[in-house]
Amino acid sequence: MLRKIRVTLAVVFFLAVTALFLDFTGTIHAWLGWTAKIQFLPALLALNVGVVVGLIVLTLLFGRVYCSVICPLGVFQDIVSWISGRRKKKRYRFSYSPEVKWLRYGVLALFVIAMIAGVGSFVALLAPYSSYGRIASNLFAPIYRWGNNLLAYFAGRAESYAFYETEVWLKSLPTFIIAAGTFVVLIVLAWRNGRTYCNTICPVGTVLSFFSRFSLFRPVLEAEKCKNCSLCSRQCKAACIDYKNHRIDYSRCVACMDCLDTCKHDAIHMQYRWKRHNRLATDKQEEPTSPERIDTARRSFLSGTAVLVTASMVKAQEMKVDGGLAVIEDKKIPMRATSIVPPGAWSARHFAQHCTACQLCVSACPNDVLRPSSDLQRLMLPEMSYERGYCRPECTRCSDVCPAGAIRPITVAEKSSTRIGHAVWVRKNCIPLTDGVECGNCARHCPSGAILMVPSDSGDKNSVRIPVVNAERCIGCGTCENLCPARPFSAIYVEGHTMHSVM
Amino acid sequence: MSNQDKKNKGLSRRDFLKTIGAVVAATGLTACADGKQNGVSPTSAGEVPAGEMTYRTSPTTGDRVSLLGFGMMRLPSVGGRSAREGNEAIDQDMVNELVDYAIAHGVNYFDTSPAYCQGKSEHATGIALSRHPRDKYYIATKLSNFSPSTWSREASIAMYHNSMKELQVDYLDYLLLHGIGMGGGMEEFENRYMKNGVLDFLLEERKAGRIRNLGFSYHGDVRVFDYLLSRHDEYRWDFVQIQLNYLDWKYAKQINPRNTDAEYLYGELVKRGIPAVIMEPLLGGRLSNVPGTIVARLKQREPEMSVASWAFRFAGSLPGVYTVLSGMTRMEHLQDNLRTYSPLKPLTEDDFAFLQETATEMMRFDTIPCNDCKYCMPCPYGLDIPAILLHYNKCLNEGNIPESSQDENYRKARRAFLVGYDRSVPKLRQASRCIGCNQCSPHCPQRIDIPTELHRIDAYVERLKQEIG
Repeated sequence: MLRKIRVTLAVVFFLAVTALFLDFTGTIHAWLGWTAKIQFLPALLALNVGVVVGLIVLTLLFGRVYCSVICPLGVFQDIVSWISGRRKKKRYRFSYSPEVKWLRYGVLALFVIAMIAGVGSFVALLAPYSSYGRIASNLFAPIYRWGNNLLAYFAGRAESYAFYETEVWLKSLPTFIIAAGTFVVLIVLAWRNGRTYCNTICPVGTVLSFFSRFSLFRPVLEAEKCKNCSLCSRQCKAACIDYKNHRIDYSRCVACMDCLDTCKHDAIHMQYRWKRHNRLATDKQEEPTSPERIDTARRSFLSGTAVLVTASMVKAQEMKVDGGLAVIEDKKIPMRATSIVPPGAWSARHFAQHCTACQLCVSACPNDVLRPSSDLQRLMLPEMSYERGYCRPECTRCSDVCPAGAIRPITVAEKSSTRIGHAVWVRKNCIPLTDGVECGNCARHCPSGAILMVPSDSGDKNSVRIPVVNAERCIGCGTCENLCPARPFSAIYVEGHTMHSVM
Repeated sequence: MSNQDKKNKGLSRRDFLKTIGAVVAATGLTACADGKQNGVSPTSAGEVPAGEMTYRTSPTTGDRVSLLGFGMMRLPSVGGRSAREGNEAIDQDMVNELVDYAIAHGVNYFDTSPAYCQGKSEHATGIALSRHPRDKYYIATKLSNFSPSTWSREASIAMYHNSMKELQVDYLDYLLLHGIGMGGGMEEFENRYMKNGVLDFLLEERKAGRIRNLGFSYHGDVRVFDYLLSRHDEYRWDFVQIQLNYLDWKYAKQINPRNTDAEYLYGELVKRGIPAVIMEPLLGGRLSNVPGTIVARLKQREPEMSVASWAFRFAGSLPGVYTVLSGMTRMEHLQDNLRTYSPLKPLTEDDFAFLQETATEMMRFDTIPCNDCKYCMPCPYGLDIPAILLHYNKCLNEGNIPESSQDENYRKARRAFLVGYDRSVPKLRQASRCIGCNQCSPHCPQRIDIPTELHRIDAYVERLKQEIG
């Protein structure tokens, strides 16, 4: 019975969290967004005391239920392990193994140090929810979107507006490789040994293990009834039941309840813990608000060699015949001295300290603006770029979905007055000067009226007009950069601000 | 997004899933849905009669010309669309099939130009027609004027000779000065045809018999039209090509003050006994793809005739009309038009008044007068101008241009407009990309102020996206 409840809840949570990463319409978050917000590490980084305390209390009551139900990466491993167990003679393929203390605590120590030092990429690499997020957004979401696009294709043929096409593109190769690598490694581990990752590497698992040792209810192996048949040990995916000594390592037990139904001699039961040890479990291991400064000089870019090549513009073609479409060159990403983080992040430092690189905002961004960084310093942490779209004024999705408080909730009004960067004009690319035609597309679309068109020759009022930027009013949304007709490099682009400010 | 919206979406998605199976199975059905884009919806059923085509006779050469003329501007491409869309090649097999079918059913007038279909129409027309005896068809082509680099006497004569080569003929039945009155009006006309002696050259060619009929097609500045007619005694125009249909008959000037009502143009030609060749009888499909109320109105009167047939009957019923050109991309268009003209059932006076009332009713809709001729294309900055304007018109016709968020169908209409917009026009070719360089407008035969319209549509899209008002 308990096992059935656990399995049901686990499936519900797993599907809910996965749906968050697949949905690109922004409808599911309103209903299921909380399933991301109750994830342990994001809640901790968001300083969401209620959730953290709640999860600790849950663990103190029932053990690591979190690992079996709420954590999508844990459930994902269970699914793999379950499939593996369906093979012939593989149902009871596990065996007890002692705790690998040095690895567990070593990884946790490294993790805490990395967090305090602000090495976000390393933190993100180990965090379980983030790992799953990356897998879902890099591997599952494209398949889901292709499926959607197929439906959209048929919908288009049938004049139905129920589905619309969405773009599928590789947002960052390193992140994709990491996601794919994690995916393969986890499948191999889970296929062979169940919850190896959770009990040796996962820092959240290790932290929760401090509390689960003292859980109020836990499975107990009664020595009197036990016939030493070893069935429970061989069924335990956490490898924590030492049947010979009739002991269970509660630090590694993920409260999956599988053993309860397995025992043929009625020797394993959930039992109330008589002795109380709770007072020990008060110290929090981690303090996310590290006072340590993050080096702001981390602006070095992957390739210093990527030089701005002279932009070859789409030259106005002389029309001799009718019809046809001009070829449109893809935009290239300009070199930004400072990367751009979304409104609500408030500063690059705040962002880096809280972001777990789960890619939920990247999945949710409807304008193809957010993508994981490929820069070594910020590997996998989201950043903005405007060559595919721009940060639309009515959209606050990334701030709505962020579970870790890296992008704090922001209203549309607040967003429209928050400066996240400023536009920079590049004379040599500007169409009025290169093609000699009227343009002003940047000024026409600027949502904050920060761009003015002025004569290029200050002495001649009738000379062709060029844009100038009033940096005070510019919010860095990238509309100008995206809609600039100059290709491949725009004649106006956005430089990020390390510290956001309000107009 | 509000809950209401979610609910709606959920419902429509479910509805859609319910029907999708059927749609996928019946692929024929989806092909039909496509037909709407190009104008004629093939609603009239039944045999296409052969040997019953209505003909008109030229007063100057005695040519007996079919009332239905084949316009070679909207030829099919291998992708199944019109060859002016995208950058696909012309579907020559389909062109041959259409031409063979047309000739078998009495069509003998084929109108092309060196500029059509990205400059490939003449070649394709030449291939298709050269498979038939030379005396079975009349060819009309033009001295086009899209780029000033073709305006010199040498370049013009080269264009003229090249037309004969592409069309595989040694004489032309009909030659037109292309689109006089467009762009720079009188001044451009003088530079293009008069000062360089090109018109004199063409008059000589007519004398020599290599041009059997000389005429011009007119769009735009009416002064050029009046001027050329005022010198009719000197030039003896064999025919003149004008835009005529029941909407432009009395409303062309109201739609755009810089244009001229067809009633006037036609009257001027009749006064002088000059045969009128009609272009845009269907306004590029706008008189076929009309709002639902108009469909109901027309169908109520003639339930078995297509919407398009009204437009063709209107043009054909005028006695001074020589032939009515139709750019037929698909076999269904051709068959429907053949039915209408084999033979022509002239409009009664009652019918005529009825169509005028219909036109008055249509004027209530604020559609943009784009006929999808694609003279504005290619836009040097990559926009797909006609696709944007047509999408806007389509939404207008379908009632999907909500005025305010208080409108009853706001959510549904908003979704239809925005989703349909991304479907009809790739993001990089949408109105937001228009820089306002205005290189397109001078080429527009309907004299639409294209950048202004695009910026207006873009502002509207912004309103929808941001859900303002």
